[in-house]
Amino acid sequence: MKTDSAGVLAGVHYLDGDYACGEGAMAAGCRFVAGYPITPSTEVVERISQRFPMMSGTFIQMEDELASMAAVVGASWTGTKSMTVTSGPGFSLMMENIGLAAMMETPCVVVNVQRGGPSTGLPTMVGQGDMMQARWGSHGDYELISMCPQSPQEAFDLTIDAFNLSERYRVPVMFMMDECVGHMTEKVVIPPAEEIDVVPRTLTDKPPGEFMPYKLNGGKVPEFARAGDGYKFHSTGLTHDERGYPDMSVECQEVNVRHLIDKIRLNVDDIIRVEFEQVDDAEVVVVAYGITARVARMGIDMARSKGVKVGFMRLVVVWPFPERHIAELAGSIGAFVVPEINYGQISLEVERCAGGKCATVHVPHGGGGVHDPKAICDAIVGAAR
Amino acid sequence: MSTQKVPVQDAMEEHPIAPFLRMDRIPHIWCPTCGIGTVVKCYATALEGSALDLDKCAIVSGIGCTGRVAGYMKLDAFHSTHGRAIPFATGLKLGRPELHVTVFSGDGDLSGIGGNHFIHAARRNMDLLVVLVNNFIYAMTGGQNAPTTPLGARSSTMPFGNFENPFNLPHLAATCGATYVARWTSLHIRRLTKSFSEALHKKGFRFIEIVTPCATLYSRLNKLGSGLDLMRFYHDNAEIRHGADTRDLDIDFQDRIICGKFIDEDRPTFLEMKDKHYTEVLGDKYAPMPPEGGWIHE
Amino acid sequence: MRYWRKPLDMDQVTVPKGDVIIIADRCKGCGFCVEYCPKDVLVMSEGFNRKGYHPPEVVKNGECVNCNLCEMICPDFAIFSTAVADGAGNTPSETQKEAPVEN
Repeated sequence: MKTDSAGVLAGVHYLDGDYACGEGAMAAGCRFVAGYPITPSTEVVERISQRFPMMSGTFIQMEDELASMAAVVGASWTGTKSMTVTSGPGFSLMMENIGLAAMMETPCVVVNVQRGGPSTGLPTMVGQGDMMQARWGSHGDYELISMCPQSPQEAFDLTIDAFNLSERYRVPVMFMMDECVGHMTEKVVIPPAEEIDVVPRTLTDKPPGEFMPYKLNGGKVPEFARAGDGYKFHSTGLTHDERGYPDMSVECQEVNVRHLIDKIRLNVDDIIRVEFEQVDDAEVVVVAYGITARVARMGIDMARSKGVKVGFMRLVVVWPFPERHIAELAGSIGAFVVPEINYGQISLEVERCAGGKCATVHVPHGGGGVHDPKAICDAIVGAAR
Repeated sequence: MSTQKVPVQDAMEEHPIAPFLRMDRIPHIWCPTCGIGTVVKCYATALEGSALDLDKCAIVSGIGCTGRVAGYMKLDAFHSTHGRAIPFATGLKLGRPELHVTVFSGDGDLSGIGGNHFIHAARRNMDLLVVLVNNFIYAMTGGQNAPTTPLGARSSTMPFGNFENPFNLPHLAATCGATYVARWTSLHIRRLTKSFSEALHKKGFRFIEIVTPCATLYSRLNKLGSGLDLMRFYHDNAEIRHGADTRDLDIDFQDRIICGKFIDEDRPTFLEMKDKHYTEVLGDKYAPMPPEGGWIHE
Repeated sequence: MRYWRKPLDMDQVTVPKGDVIIIADRCKGCGFCVEYCPKDVLVMSEGFNRKGYHPPEVVKNGECVNCNLCEMICPDFAIFSTAVADGAGNTPSETQKEAPVEN
């Protein structure tokens, strides 16, 4: 379906990543945002609060992040595309209700403009230290999707994709920006509404007597009914059966949790998005995401000029992790080099998936700034030996 | 013959409240002499007699014994996380303003972990009916001290008696801006049903506290007998004082319980204030969320 | 009921009559209905239901006035009363069951 034009600020703009993300949400059809201010993400909701009243959107600044996430889940059950925006400390607070969204299979988008951590950390400076938390932050077993833009243009484009994935798989999507991309101002081209495809919230066609909110139908996600349409369904965070009723049995847990996991794992080929550059004859492949991807390219160019055959793999969708791609590449290269603005998170995944077939070189950074491209180049050159 | 003992299967359709309950989940999990079922019956009776479109009624519960209410009521029902029923309900209401949203949860859930959300929703005059069942304890998890446990009462985490001052919930709600504040016990079935009726037809943050017996935890830990003994206590010790000053409504251990309707006002709700303000400031450019909500479709 | 004097419209007042219907297997033996029935129509029975509780039973046949108190106070939805036609074939209106007590 083409998106609702009321939210599309078509044209060529000069925006920072936060604003571009907000524009992307509005262009995607998001009409409910509940947030709590936290640097460096606040500009997203500031932008949304300026434009929402003109497009029938409701923005509410809740009293804390826990309330924000709970409100997002509630609003999503009315069929409204909903989003919240936060950074590290708020992300931690939202975890329980992210788990609720995953368990209730509620489409929503959570934007985390990452900053230096842990705890209060570096409120105004970049970090990428929440990548594992995006996958494992809430308790229990579940799967969700995480994306990493590398520029304000991508912050716009990928936000729309995040909403689409969220609707298609009825799963919360963690939109993992970082403060650099969030506060970087670049050209952002917003196409007209007729050129933006969105996945709308699709409702069941069954009558109220037949509808079951969590009926598994093959590999597809359960059908959705809006609160207020007369379906009188029940949805709970407890382990539940197809009727949505709590069922405290081992069998039900197996079916319930298995479904939450299979929903994503069986569809990884449709969800995963990576970009390869010059990996065909590479001896070393750099794996990076977010702002580090842009810095890594500089390091790669420097290494190439020294004669190293180095390729680049950029993660656009970080979770589910592109295990197969890494495992295949590992067989034909000597090493992965993984620079990230943390002390080794995605690099652990790379190492795990490489399965020992090649080396994995971590290039950590504590946060507060981006890597020195020379450090990445040195790591590449060192890995090539 | 004026007695009929009917087998459960035959009587399922006959109980007058059955259309409001998920009969496939009855009997419910609440203990013998627990008062929650009575509160549910009164609420359902008020709904039945109300002018509200039941399709547009939604109910949100938190975690706890009272939190199970959402699972038994045949409305769009959500069983959310501990303490977050009120913001969840806020999202429902703001996402589809035509919904009539009731939050049905317990004292620990709404005033303990959910305390912050409680006061802010009241401050904003969010259009929610908050039904708080107060059994003075965290019952579901085994009888721990709650923000409402009276001074001196025993609980599993205050085994020598509670020394913390409890909340005076009607006072809390009133000072934060609730437009309807009432307290009843589960013995006051007629007045409670009437309170529900009145509250269902009002707008704004409406708060009804219902003191109910908890036989298995509160009563047992404090050697107060069964729920029936607590009901007899309410009978002898509940005083009805409509319009009482909410500052005087503390509940001491095994002391008088002042019931009644304390606040009944009208103030603009969050959405009404939003619409009025944006219309003033933005004029024609303002596009409010339509009552049917923000669902965009072809 | 004892009156100080007979109400002037006593001949126009019909005391409703009701049937008590007990869903025995749902009862949890709390005793609220027995305790608070204004006509003391119920007692806890000697027998057990399927779960081992003593459900109530009617001991004063014909005295139920369909006040619905048992129906309202039962936490387990296990008892309710319905209107019954009186000797003249008049069934009291059902408004008693629907509307809560007015001011």
